[in-house]
Amino acid sequence: MSLFDYTLKELQEKLHKKEITITDLVDASYERINEVDDQVHAFLTLNEEGAREKANELEKLAHEQDNLLFGIPAGIKDNLVTKGLRTTCASQLLDNFNDPLYNATVVDRLEDKNTVTIGKLNMDEFAMGSSNENSSYAATRNPWNTDYVPGGSSGGSAAAVAANEVFFSLGSDTGGSIRQPAAFCGVVGLKPTYGLVSRFGLVAFASSLDQVGPITRTVEDNAHVLQAIAGHDKMDSTSANLEVPNYSDAFKEDVKGLKIAVPKEYLQEGIDPEVKESVLQALKVYEDLGATWEEVSLPHSKYAVAAYYLLSSSEASANLARFDGVRYGVRSENATNMLDMFKLSRSEGFGDEVKRRIMLGTFALSSGYYDAYYKKAQKVRTLIKDDFEKVFEDYDVIIGPTTPTPAFKVGEIIDDPLTMYANDILTIPVNLAGVPGMSLPCGFSSEGLPIGLQIIGKHFDETTIYRTAYAFEQATDHHKKRPTLGGAK
Amino acid sequence: MSEISKEQVKHVAHLARLAITDEEVETMTKQLGDIINYATLLNELDTEDVKPTTHVLDLKNVMRKDEPRKWIEKEDALKNAPDVKDGQFRVPSILE
Repeated sequence: MSLFDYTLKELQEKLHKKEITITDLVDASYERINEVDDQVHAFLTLNEEGAREKANELEKLAHEQDNLLFGIPAGIKDNLVTKGLRTTCASQLLDNFNDPLYNATVVDRLEDKNTVTIGKLNMDEFAMGSSNENSSYAATRNPWNTDYVPGGSSGGSAAAVAANEVFFSLGSDTGGSIRQPAAFCGVVGLKPTYGLVSRFGLVAFASSLDQVGPITRTVEDNAHVLQAIAGHDKMDSTSANLEVPNYSDAFKEDVKGLKIAVPKEYLQEGIDPEVKESVLQALKVYEDLGATWEEVSLPHSKYAVAAYYLLSSSEASANLARFDGVRYGVRSENATNMLDMFKLSRSEGFGDEVKRRIMLGTFALSSGYYDAYYKKAQKVRTLIKDDFEKVFEDYDVIIGPTTPTPAFKVGEIIDDPLTMYANDILTIPVNLAGVPGMSLPCGFSSEGLPIGLQIIGKHFDETTIYRTAYAFEQATDHHKKRPTLGGAK
Repeated sequence: MSEISKEQVKHVAHLARLAITDEEVETMTKQLGDIINYATLLNELDTEDVKPTTHVLDLKNVMRKDEPRKWIEKEDALKNAPDVKDGQFRVPSILE
């Protein structure tokens, strides 16, 4: 058995009994990275020196028995700033951003728990993309089959967990960027309720949609990481000032009597038959466990992708205005005046997808088009949000697939933006409504690629998502399968 | 709603402070046109009486006292900058 087969709780027991040391865990991470990351490309920057130093410091401390994250090696998505550790957002524009001045709040909270940061994880540039092919460094590959994409934009975060390079990771999710790669890589990813987790120090993409969340191998591990990062932060005025529940309570209760809603729009045409079959099998498992499910409708689902691209691109066009080649980042050497410096630095630094979205957003916000595009999309967002609220009057959770298909091949749809966007059709509505959503493994395609089950909950009701997910995980063994890439140890 | 013209693409690129080549104008006009055309799907919906959602949570403006506090030192603020002179960010000339 590899150290990566243990849950966080089991690892803490081993640390406590001194069967293993924190250095063993850190060694296991870097050994595995050396072994497989030239195939997976999950990491952009490693923190080996810092991590080993931290491990040595932690070895001197008494084991913190109640802290399930004590000494655990973690990977951080590269759009979360890390003090003194290079942060690029996978963009050439930030290629030289080697010395960030502070930690994102979520990174500070992990450090408070004495985790060990192994390195920064690859992603689609500025979190724009669904395949990691928009990384300006190397496209991350799916550990289950390296001809396939890992999903995106948190593709590095999901692949690193699936490939046993770290024990957990943080990602960010604006339209599916945690859940879709979690589905493609066969791991557990949660997008928390908007406002539950601080966004301070997350390089902003679309501020009304972005959330940071954990990617783990098991549901229980996921809850332990969320517990550490959730809660109000005065540095983020959109973070909710609410008491954070004890998510472990979710594991004390079964799902007898749980009322599940299954949106018919999530199982109709366009959903791969194997994906649909896996979801129906999962619903059978829930029936056997004493839950009930009924078909419902989220009638405005088909408008979500269009509304999302207008809103998220508009917000991105404003947020990415800060990259001007003055205070940080790469400046073009070809400019002789100020305006050209802005234009050339941005054009040379940003990749195609980022430019496309900045252009779309600038257009949607421009004089004469604002009402027709931006405001219209905001109104449609209200209708989509109302769809969810109506269903949640009668049901505890909504269940469906995370993605219409399993992972697609590298290069297959990169030249077709609209087809790429359609990949997020089942995850985007969740961000628009601001509710929490999780993806967990629920089967494999005939080609051996993972399939994700999406569980959507009410605002701030992550506990019910964990309870629902845990019951399924305990009853099945999909989460125990690991990719054999490079010969798993 | 009509799709986007090449002239509009050039104008939007200027507003967004992006320099784009003639070749990029061609591809952008096509790709943005496709996306904007797709977005006209939203016109199927009557939203006359619907309130726009800017934010999903019922949050009001969050105020704090406007007090000076310690944040980052000037030297730190300058250390990631591409060009610095006399403790300040240096940029090319603004006036010709």
